[in-house]
Amino acid sequence: MTDLSPLDAAGVDAAVADALSAIAAASTLDELKEARLAHTGDKAALSLANRGIKDLEPADKATAGKTMGQARGRVQQAIAQRQEELEAERDARVLVEETVDVTLPVNRALTGARHPLETMQERMCDTFVAMGWEVAEGPEMEAEWFNFDALNFDPDHPAREMQDTFFIDPPESGLLLRTHTSPVQVRAALERRDALVNEGRGIFVVCPGKTFRTDELDATHTPVFHQIEGLAVDKGLTMAHLKGTLDAFARSLFGPDAVTRLRPSFFPFTEPSAEMDLRCFVCGGGDPNCRTCSGTGWIEWGGCGMTHPNVLIAAGIDPEEYTAFAFGMGIERTLMFRHGVKDMRDMVEGDVRFSQQFGMEL
Amino acid sequence: MPKIPLNWLAESVDLASGHTAEDVAAALAKVGLEEEGIEGGGVSGPLVVGRVISMTPEVASNGKTINYCRVDVGEHNDPAGPGHKPDNKDEYPESKGIVCGAHNFAEGDFVVCILPGGVLPGPFPIGGRKTYGHWSDGMICSAKELGLGDESGGIVVLASPSGASEVTLPGVVADEDLVPGTDAIPLLGLDEQVLEINVTPDRGYSFSVRGVAREYSHATGQPFSDPAAIEVTGSRVADAFTSPAFAVAIEDKAPVRGTVGCDRFAARVLRGFNPAAASPSWMKRRLEQSGMRSISLAVDVTNYVMLELGQPLHAYDLDKVVEPIVVRRAVKGEPLRTLDDVERKLDPEDLLITDSAGGEGFRPIGLAGVMGGALTEVSASTVDILLEGAHFDPITVARTARRHKLGSEASRRFERGVDTTLAPIAVERALRLMQEFGGGQLDELWTDLDVTVAPLPIAMDAGFPSRIVGVEYTADAVVEALETVGCAVERDGDQLSVTPPTWRPDLELPINLVEEVARLQGYDDLPSVLPVAPPGRGYTHGQRLRRSIARTLAESGLTEVLTYPFMSETRLDEMRVPEGDIRRDSVRLANPLSAEYPLLRTTLMATLVDSVKVNLARGAQDVAVYELGRAYRASRMSEIPQGFSGDAITPDDVLALDAALGEQPRRAAGIMTGNRVRAGWNGHATAWDWTDALAAVERIIGVAGVEVRVVADAVEPWHPGRCATFYLGDDLLGVAGEMHPKVLETLGLPPRTVAFEIVLDPLIEATEGAIYAAEAVSQQVLAKEDFAFVVADDVAAGDLVRAVRDAGGDLVESARVFDVYTGEQVGDGKKSLAVNVVMRAADHTLSADEVLGVREAIIAAAEKEFLAVLR
Repeated sequence: MTDLSPLDAAGVDAAVADALSAIAAASTLDELKEARLAHTGDKAALSLANRGIKDLEPADKATAGKTMGQARGRVQQAIAQRQEELEAERDARVLVEETVDVTLPVNRALTGARHPLETMQERMCDTFVAMGWEVAEGPEMEAEWFNFDALNFDPDHPAREMQDTFFIDPPESGLLLRTHTSPVQVRAALERRDALVNEGRGIFVVCPGKTFRTDELDATHTPVFHQIEGLAVDKGLTMAHLKGTLDAFARSLFGPDAVTRLRPSFFPFTEPSAEMDLRCFVCGGGDPNCRTCSGTGWIEWGGCGMTHPNVLIAAGIDPEEYTAFAFGMGIERTLMFRHGVKDMRDMVEGDVRFSQQFGMEL
Repeated sequence: MPKIPLNWLAESVDLASGHTAEDVAAALAKVGLEEEGIEGGGVSGPLVVGRVISMTPEVASNGKTINYCRVDVGEHNDPAGPGHKPDNKDEYPESKGIVCGAHNFAEGDFVVCILPGGVLPGPFPIGGRKTYGHWSDGMICSAKELGLGDESGGIVVLASPSGASEVTLPGVVADEDLVPGTDAIPLLGLDEQVLEINVTPDRGYSFSVRGVAREYSHATGQPFSDPAAIEVTGSRVADAFTSPAFAVAIEDKAPVRGTVGCDRFAARVLRGFNPAAASPSWMKRRLEQSGMRSISLAVDVTNYVMLELGQPLHAYDLDKVVEPIVVRRAVKGEPLRTLDDVERKLDPEDLLITDSAGGEGFRPIGLAGVMGGALTEVSASTVDILLEGAHFDPITVARTARRHKLGSEASRRFERGVDTTLAPIAVERALRLMQEFGGGQLDELWTDLDVTVAPLPIAMDAGFPSRIVGVEYTADAVVEALETVGCAVERDGDQLSVTPPTWRPDLELPINLVEEVARLQGYDDLPSVLPVAPPGRGYTHGQRLRRSIARTLAESGLTEVLTYPFMSETRLDEMRVPEGDIRRDSVRLANPLSAEYPLLRTTLMATLVDSVKVNLARGAQDVAVYELGRAYRASRMSEIPQGFSGDAITPDDVLALDAALGEQPRRAAGIMTGNRVRAGWNGHATAWDWTDALAAVERIIGVAGVEVRVVADAVEPWHPGRCATFYLGDDLLGVAGEMHPKVLETLGLPPRTVAFEIVLDPLIEATEGAIYAAEAVSQQVLAKEDFAFVVADDVAAGDLVRAVRDAGGDLVESARVFDVYTGEQVGDGKKSLAVNVVMRAADHTLSADEVLGVREAIIAAAEKEFLAVLR
């Protein structure tokens, strides 16, 4: 091979063409590196020709310089371009190669869950707290006075019988496991009566919690269950306000179309008293074979009424000046019909599969 | 609860046209009487009287004996000749072939047959079909299949001319109607619907056709005609003790809660009654429909009138009763054999009807308002009847019925309050019925001991109902509603004086009248108005903390469960809880649901283990559960202070009362067993271990943000070498670690099960109202130093780290053990603890000298306190 002269324009073009084809032919970065060394390295024809410029006549130097500069520029540019292409190809290939199967099970750690009775209770409380109500709680081992006397239960009321109420031993201790969350209403009213009387601050509380009755566990009964009750005491409260509160509550749990209905009933601690029904949120009353409402169009949800004056008196509140309403419902029952739970036992046996299907929120 | 046949109801109130039992139930619900059930209806024919011509018992392949019967069903008979395939080998007289599995009947008996095309309640449509190798054209029916009651003792036998079978519905169908082929639906009243309603305790008068009719009238405006509006004949003798009619005295020396046990006692005699006279079939049918059995004419009539008017009555055999009758309290231990043939020992609070056999008021003949005695009851030979209609104190009757577990139709009515004017009316009505069907003469004179008090008027402002209900009622509307329910109203402007009717003893206060106005006007039109509460304070600190704690445990892989707080006597032994431990301080229930679980839990773990066992028993291997709830402690529980009884209670009273309630601490506990991380394609399993139990407690404490002290401890039921206690100041907060192997063995839990339990109240109290003061986040460069200290085996890492921290002072940002090594290189009885210390100053980059200073201080302290040697 004879040395290429920097003045041999055709020769330089041929060398450039050689280089360009080698660069274009390089299919990997390694091949490109080889091509680069071969055509731009110290021993490469173009490099040698370039070095030969210094030996030329001064008159030729400018021409040769220009020729060689352009030639080497073209080669360098081609290398850079090919380098970029090959790197992009490589990067893309690596990403493809690194592909994983995202449908494999990823979480091997045990997943926990809240109990839906607890999250239901929290959800219910959230609704009321958002309306400015407060959440009151009280003891589960309770004085008979709070559980019955203060709530206008006559001493001979059948509910005081052993067959309904768990009494603490010895029976004359006057202690029992509360049969409803209503004693908390009285406690909450007692705590807040000064603010009511002195500051005109109405009492608006809900009382969620565990309650106890001596029912054997079966598909629809449990000796330990949960209730949420509400109490509102203020000047000028009426049954219309009770209805409005129940409607708002129903809408928060069952959607904007939820409707409630009241039917006259009897409770010792309210007068007038009412049973509260929810328009069936599944069939809307249109399906005679509906499983949720048994085709009646209505679901019995709870009891309510205007707080009996004797209960207000027990809490030190003047029934001449203030009126009050109260309502209560079973949380188990709400969960059962809202979520189609068929058997009470699922809620109380502690099988984690029951809680886990609900996750962290309802 | 009362069952009301609709056609009986219709005698006292006009049912709106086309009203079925469902419509009546809907109307009654509007005024507060809830439906319990509807019986009757639901049968469509052909349902006919049949006469059994022949019956052939056959043992079927399943071992059951069935009868192939040919039954004469009149116009529905197949013509004489061969039967339907496969019974076409024999010739039969005019009849139908029916297979019947019951055996309580004989040839010649009159029975009830449902034929193909008919429908039984259910609905069960009936067709002809092949069964047990025969063609069966329908069924011979039982009472249950007809919807006549729950007894399924066999088929209905209307009559048995041969006398071979027991007649199951004697006299319900008249003899002249016992004709094969007669439509049995009207004969049995199957076209009549019966509505069972739930009567709330304040509406005692609705325990009668009379009361329900009145309520139906209130609901619909249909006209009501009072069945009690009858004329009482004869001459009333008010001076009872000397009454020539029948002498009666009330001697109540120990009234219950100040109320005399009996304030009215009417008695009248019917002589020459035919004890063999039968009750009319319509009466029997109504009694059956109302859930009572027919016994004899005299008894049936007393029951019938009770069902109709709501006034219990008692019929005595006059010959067996010795004048005078004395109503008095029992003597302790006094015996009485009641009609149910039980010998009862009486209590001094029990009110008795006595007669004077053996001395005035000596012999008990009945438990007043609850049940009569066996000695003086009417029998098949009673010709002269003494009929009692009395009014007893509800509380006395309720207490006696409960004391003797003897709820009766009478006691259910008296307990809820009976109309005080009814006694003589009901006596009149009953005696007239007895006379009509059993003959005899009524005595002209009758005794009426009456010390009842007329209802007191209630003063009420006419605007009061509007104020409570939130609906504008005019004064006229209020008066009208109250008059409709039977009140007498005197009006002076807006001031009303309202005298309730005698059948409404529950109307005592103005608020009771409000309910009457509201329910008569209807709850359906109640406006819905959302009241505006004052701005609330949101959740309390405790409520927020508990919610976060519950959530953090769930997020760390535990599942929340709710266990019953009832604990067995042996559970604490199983958990090796020593005598004298605070957890032995358990509350006992006076009436546990099961004798096996008489105690309330003192620790959540005691009941939480059962949840773990349930899950393991159902095939789970990896179980991690937690519960937030209360434990109960007997200490500090004392007798509830008395002295307030229905009037206002003071804050001091509440404090005194709460102090007596016993402790009911809120706690959180968890039990974990099996794997925390399951084995999978990308890694090995990690078991729950003691560190997870401790970490769970740390998470809980982290939610509260308090500093606690961790101490190695040995508390049952934990492993004595793998048990940590957590202290907040000097107060024990909780325990965590691996459970004791023996406890696990006893409880049947897998080895290496871990658990924690922590009391939440101190955490909540300690942080209540506390506002955390933030520290600035330093932006200076940090310096890290690692130390490997060789110390004796028994040096607690936590103690060493605390010493390191203390020695390093403010410059130490964190100190953490990152490796523990034991082995040859450190020697026997020693271990190496590798500690990573991060140092940083708030305001400058640490100099090499500063870092060195801290390092030396740490080494010196470790050496001084723990004889630690730097490796």
